[in-house]
Amino acid sequence: MSAVIDTPGHGHADQDDHAYHPSGLMRWVTTTNHKDIGTMYLWFSFTMLLIGGVLALTIRSELFEPGMQIVNPEFFNQLTTMHGIIMVFGAIMPAFVGFANWQIPLMIGAPDMAFARMNNWSFWLLPVAASLLVISFFVPGGAPAAGWTLYAPLSTQMGPGMDLGIFALHIMGASSIMGSINIITTILNMRAPGMTLMKMPMFVWTWLITAYLLIAVMPVLAGAITMVLADRHFGTSFFNAAGGGDPVMFQHIFWFFGHPEVYIMILPAFGIISQVIPAFARKPLFGYASMVYATSSIAILSFIVWAHHMFTVVMPTAGLLFFMYATMLIAVPTGVKVFNWLATMWKGSMTFETPMLFAVGFLFVFTMGGFTGLMLAIMPVDVQLQDTYYVVAHFHYVLVAGSLFAIFAGTYFWIPKWTGRMYDETLGKWHFWLSLVFFNITFFPMHFLGLAGMPRRIPDYAAQFTGFNEIATIGAFGFGLSQLLFLYIVLKCGPLGKGEKAPARPWEGADTLEWTHLPSPAPYHSFHDQPEVK
Amino acid sequence: MVGLALALNAGLASAAYRLNFQPPVTRIASEIYDLHMLMMYVILVIFCVVFGVMFYSIYAHRKSVGHKAEQFHENTTVEIIWTVIPFVILIGMAWPATKTLIAFKDTSNPDLTIKATGYQWKWGYDYIKGEGEGIAFLSNLATPQDQIHNQKPKGENYLLEVDNPLVVPVDKKVRILTTANDVIHSFWVPAFGIKQDAIPGFVRDTWFKADKEGTYRGQCAELCGKDHGFMPIVVEVVSAEKYTQWVAEQKKKSAAAAEDPNKQWTMAELQTKGEKVYAANCAACHQPTGKGLPPAFPALDGSKVATGDKSVHIDTVLNGKPGTAMAAFGKQLSDADIAAVITYERNAWGNKTGDAVQPAEVKAARK
Ligand code: HEM
Ligand SMILES: [Cu+2]
Repeated sequence: MSAVIDTPGHGHADQDDHAYHPSGLMRWVTTTNHKDIGTMYLWFSFTMLLIGGVLALTIRSELFEPGMQIVNPEFFNQLTTMHGIIMVFGAIMPAFVGFANWQIPLMIGAPDMAFARMNNWSFWLLPVAASLLVISFFVPGGAPAAGWTLYAPLSTQMGPGMDLGIFALHIMGASSIMGSINIITTILNMRAPGMTLMKMPMFVWTWLITAYLLIAVMPVLAGAITMVLADRHFGTSFFNAAGGGDPVMFQHIFWFFGHPEVYIMILPAFGIISQVIPAFARKPLFGYASMVYATSSIAILSFIVWAHHMFTVVMPTAGLLFFMYATMLIAVPTGVKVFNWLATMWKGSMTFETPMLFAVGFLFVFTMGGFTGLMLAIMPVDVQLQDTYYVVAHFHYVLVAGSLFAIFAGTYFWIPKWTGRMYDETLGKWHFWLSLVFFNITFFPMHFLGLAGMPRRIPDYAAQFTGFNEIATIGAFGFGLSQLLFLYIVLKCGPLGKGEKAPARPWEGADTLEWTHLPSPAPYHSFHDQPEVK
Repeated sequence: MVGLALALNAGLASAAYRLNFQPPVTRIASEIYDLHMLMMYVILVIFCVVFGVMFYSIYAHRKSVGHKAEQFHENTTVEIIWTVIPFVILIGMAWPATKTLIAFKDTSNPDLTIKATGYQWKWGYDYIKGEGEGIAFLSNLATPQDQIHNQKPKGENYLLEVDNPLVVPVDKKVRILTTANDVIHSFWVPAFGIKQDAIPGFVRDTWFKADKEGTYRGQCAELCGKDHGFMPIVVEVVSAEKYTQWVAEQKKKSAAAAEDPNKQWTMAELQTKGEKVYAANCAACHQPTGKGLPPAFPALDGSKVATGDKSVHIDTVLNGKPGTAMAAFGKQLSDADIAAVITYERNAWGNKTGDAVQPAEVKAARK
């Protein structure tokens, strides 16, 4: 993934501010180049995916059989908490920012991101935050163990690991906000002449909306965890009833961030899928305008459904009804997106290279996550399912088969442009099929566990749940190991520079600027002269 | 795959691979069951239509079979249709859901009211109103540690068994008030279709009316710390006569247990009782060895509190330590229990203070 070839004679050799290139490590530390920064984001996110994956496999090993075998209950809670935090804030979100860094300038014909130095800073905050998270495992009392949702007052009970976790979240939040400011400014001000908003590629649109969501809700999360910090150390009682506070208030604030957050993790995925499917169907995206409206309405609705995470907490009947109806309503624009993708495929001329396989896999499996979402929206049914493995199945269907599959689709789609090499198609297909099959072996049985009454976040369970837990554990190891194949495929065409040379436009149906106006790999500095869009 | 699930569901009833909700025993639970099935059928139809179209297209509109791409990319009519149809389906789903929701929330006119209090990590039950008023007890996990640690074969109701189950009469509306002592817990009995979070400092309610006698098992459903997985809920639903009998027994027991507050206990009596109280209430954190799990759960063996001034020790057990997992046991345990457990702690392991604490001292300290 390290495209570092500077093409001389691109008409800017005289610009000496570009001529200075530190090499080695300092190049990466000081870089302000959107491609370098994008690459670092993607590698960072993959590293976190592996760390979070190891935590997940430890959890699954403990749950292979009833009884405590490998870890003790306290450490188990640390594992589930840190798995969630690392995957959400370390793996999925940074991966999409990596895509934004690489692709937004290339797709709108801009030379770089608007605030290049801030871009460097937003990235380098992340390894700092990640280190704090890792260090928290080694302080007395261990890492945060209150769940990724950090519900008070359990989170006020923890040891100093919680403070490190809160600090890490603050830092990652700051990084996200800076990244979003950068993305919005770039998109609104640096589009090539002629590219009106309604001509932007769908991926750029989804990121524009996502960036606004981020700016709106990251400060809300920061507020919630700051209050926890204050309750822990400064004698306040925001969430302590004995001091006049209310523990439920934490949940309202958290989910006011949390529900838009789940859309932050899926809208850029929608964007990637909306680039991949037309390219391999050789047909324009169906209903571009309605896609833009559907995405915007999902974003707006996402602010008024948060309490569907709190159906069992306490609410007046009118409140329950409101949040139930609003949540059901979100299924409409989500359905519209799925129909639009199907209509794009309809009567196309499709081929199924790896990016398309992952996109179709996304459609199929993500939609199942949408169905379970609808089930959970029905408040009385949710009463039975809340805090069970059914919810665990639901959000892994939308986040792994949704967001992560889209990340894979996007990586295979754009890696020829990033590295100048084609990935190994055979291995790519293997990666897809292994991921799809093992994903379902892991997570499909969890629906049954939840229905039958297995709570989530428990280190040990009653014997009647054994069968499906065993299947899930086996699937999880298969899924985890399959990702090493992905690592090998990327290494091969990235750093190792093996594989066929990629043409400027390897995908027949791809027609955005990076394919039509740039060679592969994209030169270190591109679009110094902006193209004209008609 | 959803189809497969349904097919399996019909054919396979084995408990080891249960595929659906537990058999409902209240009206609400069976309404929830039916709602879920209704939704499953609707979803199944949508699933077949949507993916039927997708797989047909994948089959027919491939380049390899020579299909040429058409270039259409808009059709307002179609787009309106596929926005309106889901909307109508949703209204169809919302209607029965709304009815069940309103019935679910109706906690009025109960025959019996019981308060369930979540503690780290056990449940406490107080019969507040109705037959049995005044009965109160704690309900702890009954599965022995050596089963959990795989040293003994696991029993039939592994992790779903308690020492004192909640007992309620059949066919009576029971209102459950939930609250908690420390962090948020959640009172969940799947067969009744109820789950209600128990929030420290607040009282919430839910209700059920079981229409079949039997033993029903549930678990705490909100992460509440270390032993979240080890605080089950067991409800025994019995006939009206049996219930009356049970109430009488409980009353007799508590009358017998009401000790003379000024009785002087011997050291041996205190220690034997204290060991039991310790195992049920303290050992989860401070460990049977008294070594604790530092730093969250400090050792008592050799600790300053357990070997120093008695009054500090009594105060800590009665009132807890705010900001830590140490609960205020004053609300849960009797004077005799607290006196006994403190005596035990001051003389167990390496602690050899020789102090005996009398219930009267605890009573005095409560003021
Ligand atoms: C049709 C669209 C969707 C609906 C109606 C929906 C509905 C719900 C509901 C009602 C819950 C709460 C379940 C409970 O805790 O009892 C939930 C949980 C969750 N959903 Fe969705 N959802 C949808 C799509 C998504 C998407 C697209 C994502 C993310 C990519 C997502 C991620 C999550 C996560 C992470 C949780 C669990 C959070 C936690 O408790 O840890 N959902 N969803
Ligand atoms: Cu949500």
